This record gives sequence, C-alpha cells and structure tokens, in this order.
Amino acid sequence: MSSKNEIWIWAEQRQERIEPSSIELIEKGKELAELLSSSLAAVYIGGSGERIEELFEYGVPKVYLLHHPELVLYQGGPYSILFSRLVAKYQPQVILMSTTYLGLELAPRVAALTGAGLTAHCVDLFVERHKDGHILVQVVPGWGGNLMVKIVCPERRPQMATVKAGIFEKPQRRPGASGEVVSNPVRLDELDWRVKAIELIEEEEDRSLEEADVIVCGGWGVKGAGVMDDLQKLAETLKGAVAGTRPLVDAGLIAENQMIGISGKTVNPRLFISLGASGASHFTTGFLKSKVIFSIDQNPNAQIFEVSDLGIVGDLKKVLPVLVDELERYMQSRG
Amino acid sequence: MRLNIVVCIKQVPHPEHFHEIKLDPESQTINRRGIPAILNPPDKHALEEALQLKERYGGTITAVSMGPPEASQIMEEAYALGVDRSILLCDPLFAGADTLATARALAIGIQRLGEVDLILCGTHSMDGATGQVGPQLAEILGFPFIGFVRKMEIQERGTVLAERTIERGYLKVEGSLPLVLSVTKEINTPRLPTVIGIMEATQKEIYTWDTKELGIDPALVGIEGSPTRVSGIFERRLSRKGELLQGDPEEVIRKAIKRLRELEALR
Ligand SMILES: Cc1cc2nc3c(=O)[nH]c(=O)nc-3n(C[C@H](O)[C@H](O)[C@H](O)COP(=O)(O)OP(=O)(O)OC[C@H]3O[C@@H](n4cnc5c(N)ncnc54)[C@H](O)[C@@H]3O)c2cc1C
Ligand SMILES: Nc1ncnc2c1ncn2[C@@H]1O[C@H](COP(=O)(O)O)[C@@H](O)[C@H]1O
Repeated sequence: MSSKNEIWIWAEQRQERIEPSSIELIEKGKELAELLSSSLAAVYIGGSGERIEELFEYGVPKVYLLHHPELVLYQGGPYSILFSRLVAKYQPQVILMSTTYLGLELAPRVAALTGAGLTAHCVDLFVERHKDGHILVQVVPGWGGNLMVKIVCPERRPQMATVKAGIFEKPQRRPGASGEVVSNPVRLDELDWRVKAIELIEEEEDRSLEEADVIVCGGWGVKGAGVMDDLQKLAETLKGAVAGTRPLVDAGLIAENQMIGISGKTVNPRLFISLGASGASHFTTGFLKSKVIFSIDQNPNAQIFEVSDLGIVGDLKKVLPVLVDELERYMQSRG
Repeated sequence: MRLNIVVCIKQVPHPEHFHEIKLDPESQTINRRGIPAILNPPDKHALEEALQLKERYGGTITAVSMGPPEASQIMEEAYALGVDRSILLCDPLFAGADTLATARALAIGIQRLGEVDLILCGTHSMDGATGQVGPQLAEILGFPFIGFVRKMEIQERGTVLAERTIERGYLKVEGSLPLVLSVTKEINTPRLPTVIGIMEATQKEIYTWDTKELGIDPALVGIEGSPTRVSGIFERRLSRKGELLQGDPEEVIRKAIKRLRELEALR
C-alpha cells in the first residue's frame, strides 16, 4: 500500500515514554483508516525512539521516526517544522493529536505551516460520504442542550483534529508485536532554535478526581441555593471527590483542576452526582461514561436528566441536607 | 530596552449567558445577538503582562482585535487599562472565520504596525476555547512561539526565560525576541481600570481597519479563507434517562438511596 493518504497520530513522548493520551488515539485511528481504505501510522519525534515497540504492541503498524538527542524535550520550532516536512513528503489525509498542553500547541502550528484544517477538542470522529469521496467528520459539543456540531474540512488536506483526552479507550497491548519503522534523518542546523526548552521539571499532579470512585459535582445552582457546605459534606460522607462546572470554577468556589467537561477533566467514576447543573453538552461530555449518574435539579426539563440514571426534581436547599443526613446514616449502618 | 508589545484580545459572550446562545439550525451559525459581551477573561492576563513589561522597560502597547463593530467596547476597555493604541480589524468579510483565517487577519494587521518585539495572547477564548489562534499567528508571521507561559522574565539583550506549563510539571524555555506567547492565568493578577482611565478612554480613537484598508485578499479571510466549516448539527442521542423522582424530600431521598443501591452505585 502506498504511503499517501494515511491516517496519522502524533505519538507524544516524555522521557521516551509514550503518553497514555496518545495511545488512546490508536483504536479510533485504525477505525478511521479502515473506513477511509487507508492505514494507520504514528509519528514519533524524540531523543532515541528506544521504546517505540510500545506503539506496535498497542496496534500501530507503522511508525515514522525522527530522533536526535536534542529532541528529547519538546522543541516547538523544530518539532513543527519536522512534522510539517513529513506531512509534505507523505501527504497523510488525517492527523490526530491529543489535547495535551503540547498537542494543543503542535497541532495549530503544523496546521498553519501546511494550510490544513484543524478542529479542537473533538469528542468523536467518523466518516461521511462527500461528493465523490469520503470526508472526516469532527464532532464538538455545541450550544444549547445536547446539540453536537459536525465540522468538516472540505478541500484542504490534511484534515487535522485534536481529540479530547479521556474520550477514547486504550487498546489491548500485545507484547512482542512488531511493525515497520520509517526513519527520517534529522539535521539540527536546518531547524529553528530561536526558542529552546532547556529543562523539564516534574511536579506532583493531583489525580484525585480521575481516581475517585465517587464524584460530587456542583453546578451554578449550588451557589444560588447556598449549599456549598452540604456539597462538601456529601463528598466526605461518600468518601468521594468534589468537582464543579465552569461557572462554579469561575466564581472561585471550585479549583480550576476540579472542573469537569470539554475544557476540564474527563472522568468515569462508579457514581457521578450532579447538583444544580443544567447539563450543557460542554459539561456532560466530561462524565458520560460514569457507571451511574445521579442528579438533582429544580428544573424538571433540565438536560442533565437526559444523561442521568436517576434524577430528583427539587430545590437543593431542601433536598440536599436530607440527602446528606440519610446517606450519613446509611454509611454508618454499613460500618 | 523599549518594547513594542501587541496584545491580541477578543470579545466573547458573557459566560453567564452561554445557555442563551443558540445555534441556528438553518444557517448553522451561532446566534449571539442581544447577549451581553465581555473582554475574554484569559486575555486580561495578556494585557496585564504587557502593562507590567511596559512599566519596567518602557515602550508601547497596541491592543488588536478582529471582531464586529460592537467589539469597540473591549478596545475602549483596553485604553482604560492603559494601552497606547487600540486597533479593531472589522469587516463583514471577516465573519465566519475559523482560527486560521482569524490568525491570518491578525497577522496582516500586526504587520502594519512596524517593528514588534512581543505579541501576547490568552490561552483560549471562552467561546471557542481552541487556543489555536496564538500559535497559528506565530507561524504565519514567522515568529517563534511559546505556549502556556506561567512565568516569564526578559533579560538584557532581549533574552526571554519562561516557564511553560505541561502535564505534571513545566518546561524551562529560553528564547529571544521577537516572540509570540500565550500566557496562563497564573502569570499575574490583572488590574482593574481606574476611574480616570475609564474617563480618558472614551476620548481616545479606536482605529478601525477593514479588508480594503489592510489590502487583504478577501479569499484569505472570513468564511472564504477558512479550511474548516460546520457541516451540520445533531442532537446527541442519550438513552440513559432513568427514573425522575419528585415530591416530599424525605420520601424522595429514601427512594433514591434504594435505587442507588439497586444500581450498585452505593457500597
Ligand atoms: C467552548 C466552551 C467550552 C466549555 N467548557 C465547559 C466545561 O468544560 N465545563 C463546564 O462545566 N462548562 C463548560 N462550558 C460552559 C457550558 O456551556 C455551560 O455554560 C455550563 O456548563 C453551565 O454550568 P451550570 O450547569 O453549572 O450552570 P447553569 O446552566 O446556569 O445551570 C444551573 C442549574 O441549576 C439549577 N438550579 C438553580 N437553583 C437551584 C436550586 N436552588 N435547586 C436546584 N437546582 C437549582 C437550574 O435549574 C439550572 O439547571 C463551556 C462553554 C463553551 C462555550
Ligand atoms: N478575533 C480575535 N481577535 C484578537 N485576538 C484573538 C481573536 N481570537 C482569538 N484571539 C487570541 O487568541 C487567543 C486564543 O483564542 P482561541 O484560539 O480562539 O481559543 C485568545 O486568548 C486571544 O488572545
């Protein structure tokens, strides 16, 4: 099969280890490749590429490898140019990157250099018939209720998308699997070094939300009802984590890294409790895969109930304290 | 060292009114008529950083935005905060631009300003939230770019040291002017405009440039110049809707707990 028209994913590395968010792109990439009668390949830029078998083991058949010790750290200028040259040479039809801090920079830079169309924070991707061929449809949350917006790039190629991390699942790993490596030489003096990353400093990351079994998430209605304390208590009672919608974050009642949704975190706990949130698709996108979703809102027509396994229509001021009491009792009875 | 700084700012719908924004199913465009609008909050940090740098090194600050005539409101706000010049790129032909077409228009506007040392952007716009405009602008101008800058320092001879946020840490980055940066909200605390600033701002001229004035080929901007477009909208089918309880709180809660146990959501 020719190399043209492939589906590419960017395999982001950190200390030569591939980021889990890149691995999440593989299954979707393969599915698209099949629908577009093409094949999947990953682009790896890094120091040595000593661990790229990991990509093969997760199902990538082919890796474009660009490596040099000076490229261990993400170097914005060089990475953008190297990636864009690869695009010009092999002409992929689709490029996917994850919405990491670096993916959110590299994707637009490559798009600007290659003239590609780029859609940010996609929550789904599929293929539709278009004129005499097929086109990639990029889905992003829309305005109002559960509306989703389809975005396409009718003429320009490649079609690029950043994909919300946590939306797609990691594939099975098959130890020992192998694939094709296409090495491209790197010449440092041809690259743009006006900006240079000199050191990576690791910091502890708060993953309490991603790892929580139970999440109690407040919406704007919690502020209106003045029940922030009860929300905290409910989380403590259930040994869960506290989260919030964007308005609560903007109001400073919830920390930025506790925000759920398209611009925040994606979670899938055993129990997700939403209190006083209307259920905008920007928000619900972040927890749709939770095992059980339970919500309380005073508006019986709130969109949040469309995504809930169980709902209570009521004023949080009246309902929440009772819920906290009853659950405290229940938890105690369980020891 | 005097710095010529450009700050890219955008007018966005007030987040409290997001739910009033509707996607018109016919035209598939966003209808934000009548919805109160504000200066994109992340851009306030870009403005603040520019003001602090000017206080330190001297120079000029130019605020630039591409937007509808109503966006003159945020251009005035920029004057009130202390910028030297406010320029609104405004033309019906700019409408419907995706991020690449937006970046192109901004780049052409900025190229008219003469020598520029530093271009500051916010990390994202509240209504689009792509964060793509800054990096695309940099590539079009041929300037280097550093994204998600949470701390920066300019040294003699125009060397910039920055901390750039990534997952689980940050990168220490070194660069030299000219540069395009996007700054995060950790970088500073934006000031409020002073009363005098607000009064004086109303007297200042907001320069408005259209495609003719800019000499832009209309095919490169607006919906024409955008590689991407909306092809449709659909309702996400969510078949999850379960039981809805309503009534006396005590009773409702008892039922809810029972149901949650059945669903094995409680342990
Ligand atoms: C590009 C973009 C990205 C976005 N990303 C995110 C994101 O990642 N996360 C996010 O959360 N939002 C995001 N948003 C915002 C999103 O569109 C909504 O505006 C937001 O989720 C609404 O939050 P809310 O439900 O808390 O507030 P509202 O929509 O105001 O809802 C408040 C709810 O509280 C109920 N209520 C009020 N008082 C009471 C009471 N006393 N008792 C019971 N119920 C009560 C009301 O009936 C209502 O349903 C984004 C928007 C855009 C444009
Ligand atoms: N229309 C615009 N005019 C001026 N600056 C913009 C415009 N759109 C985006 N920006 C800048 O680009 C940043 C990222 O926006 P976005 O890519 O839309 O998320 C914003 O914080 C602004 O600094």
